[in-house]
Amino acid sequence: MTQGMGSAAALVGSPPGLPPIVVDVESAGRRQTTAFRIRFFLTWAVIVALVGLLVVLGAHNNPRFHLTDWLPFIFSGVGITLFLSITSIVIACVLAVFGALGRLSTNPYLNGVASLYVSLVRGTPLIVQILFIFLGLPAVGIVVPDVPTGIIALSFNYGAYLTEVFRAGIQAVPSGQVEAANALGLPQRQVLRRVVLPQAIRIVTPAVANDFIAMTKDSALVSIVGVQELLWKAEAAGTPYVEVFQTIAVAAVIYWVMTIVLSLFQARLEKQMAAGDRRS
Amino acid sequence: MSAAQIIDGAEPTGDPFARPGRFTPPGAEPIVRVGDLEKYYGRNHVLRGVNLDVFPGETICLIGRSGSGKSTLLRCVNFLEEPTVGTIEVDGVILHASPTRKRSVSEREQIRQIRIRAQMVFQEFNLFPHLKVIDNLILAPILVKGVAKDQAIATAEKFLAVVGLSEKRDEYPNRLSGGQKQRVAIARALSMEPKVLLFDEPTSALDPTLVGEVLLVMEQLAHQGSTMIVVTHEMAFAREAADRVYYIDEGRFVEVGPPEQVIDAPQDSRTQTFLARLNARQKPEAIAEVAGIPTTAPASA
Repeated sequence: MTQGMGSAAALVGSPPGLPPIVVDVESAGRRQTTAFRIRFFLTWAVIVALVGLLVVLGAHNNPRFHLTDWLPFIFSGVGITLFLSITSIVIACVLAVFGALGRLSTNPYLNGVASLYVSLVRGTPLIVQILFIFLGLPAVGIVVPDVPTGIIALSFNYGAYLTEVFRAGIQAVPSGQVEAANALGLPQRQVLRRVVLPQAIRIVTPAVANDFIAMTKDSALVSIVGVQELLWKAEAAGTPYVEVFQTIAVAAVIYWVMTIVLSLFQARLEKQMAAGDRRS
Repeated sequence: MSAAQIIDGAEPTGDPFARPGRFTPPGAEPIVRVGDLEKYYGRNHVLRGVNLDVFPGETICLIGRSGSGKSTLLRCVNFLEEPTVGTIEVDGVILHASPTRKRSVSEREQIRQIRIRAQMVFQEFNLFPHLKVIDNLILAPILVKGVAKDQAIATAEKFLAVVGLSEKRDEYPNRLSGGQKQRVAIARALSMEPKVLLFDEPTSALDPTLVGEVLLVMEQLAHQGSTMIVVTHEMAFAREAADRVYYIDEGRFVEVGPPEQVIDAPQDSRTQTFLARLNARQKPEAIAEVAGIPTTAPASA
């Protein structure tokens, strides 16, 4: 069994006296992959077609409503959706770095503030936070317009989740790295900035990218306070004609395509961030 | 272990065995002084009163079983471990143990000054994986010593050449072998142009085939008059490079002297047992005897 066994071929138990049965493992795998892929995409196509059919059948076919006329209007919500998401994830990351340092701090006040932030924000629904900022704060004289409300709510909310992600990322940097930096004589601040954080950021990149994709979808929630993003526009287009089913379906497809594109970016970003981790 | 090893006229020190080494300039004072050092981990008494003086240019080897306290002693010298009792002095910077009190800003600065002067090479290399080799070498000189970038790069390249890795300048550490990583780590320590090098079992994490290249670099440094304190199990290195070997057992030095005395003619029974175990590594019968493992009789002759 051991001799003559190539990497692409394997001997399978051959009866005595007969030539060995040789299986070309590599091309067998390739054939299997092609067959698998065809079935895989066929499954997708059938299910998506069925759902599409449902949308078409469910439409009222209001003669005065032409979906194609409204597509540019709905599409124009993508910009504000992306603007909300990108702005909020950047602010959330900044909050998360400080939150994580607070959660790891030996200072009881800093640690207390950071822990309360995480507990409070993670313990309440995002929609409650949005409404609290938009409807609650005016009661104490703070009026926040719709778009800033969306950005504040999304960044505070995701900042809390990312605080825990960053904390775990910082703790995942091997202790030997901190020891080496200390032994070189780097001051504490530089140990953090030049050695710990760069490595922690690499560790948390997949999680942050994941949260960003989730946020593009959660940003739909801020339509409730009138931010004219993708979902708001879809609703606004369909409602007067009682054709919300169709326009919402369009919005759903746009969200879906957006997340697929963002996932591709995520894969590329992770590959780039892995510089230095690659061995070959 | 006789007090006769103290040379008349030497400076009175806490370490009765200290004396200027081959490369020590005439009249030089010890550059490292460890005075009455004790270390507890909880109730575990790891170091029980250690005195160690090292003159400039000397290479000192600390040997002993695992758990004997040799690494702890080394890590107390640059305050990666906080001593419980005692004094550390490196190149004129003196600091007393302060196990319970939080260090003040000025004391933390003193610790940093000690670390800058006594650079450490770790068992696990601890290179920064997100930085290229050259950036690993220039990070601390620029940030800590305020060296200009061009100057730092020139110095780093010089020391990369010393360890024979000039062509790996722009590689990331993970693309290097273990032996190359440790040589880069040595170059990183040298780039700070320290007064003392501390080696904490520098070859223990290495594939046996890669140990030689690291020891060769270390031997060259020793022969060029670098001041080195080396925790090691490599007796061949100690024999070749050490001015003095300290055998440590249960937190105390039990035998101190030149390598040919401590390694080749140990007087203390604990040193003898330790060296017998170390030498027995390749011989199963000898290991079985020392470790008390019953050996089964061979099936046939």
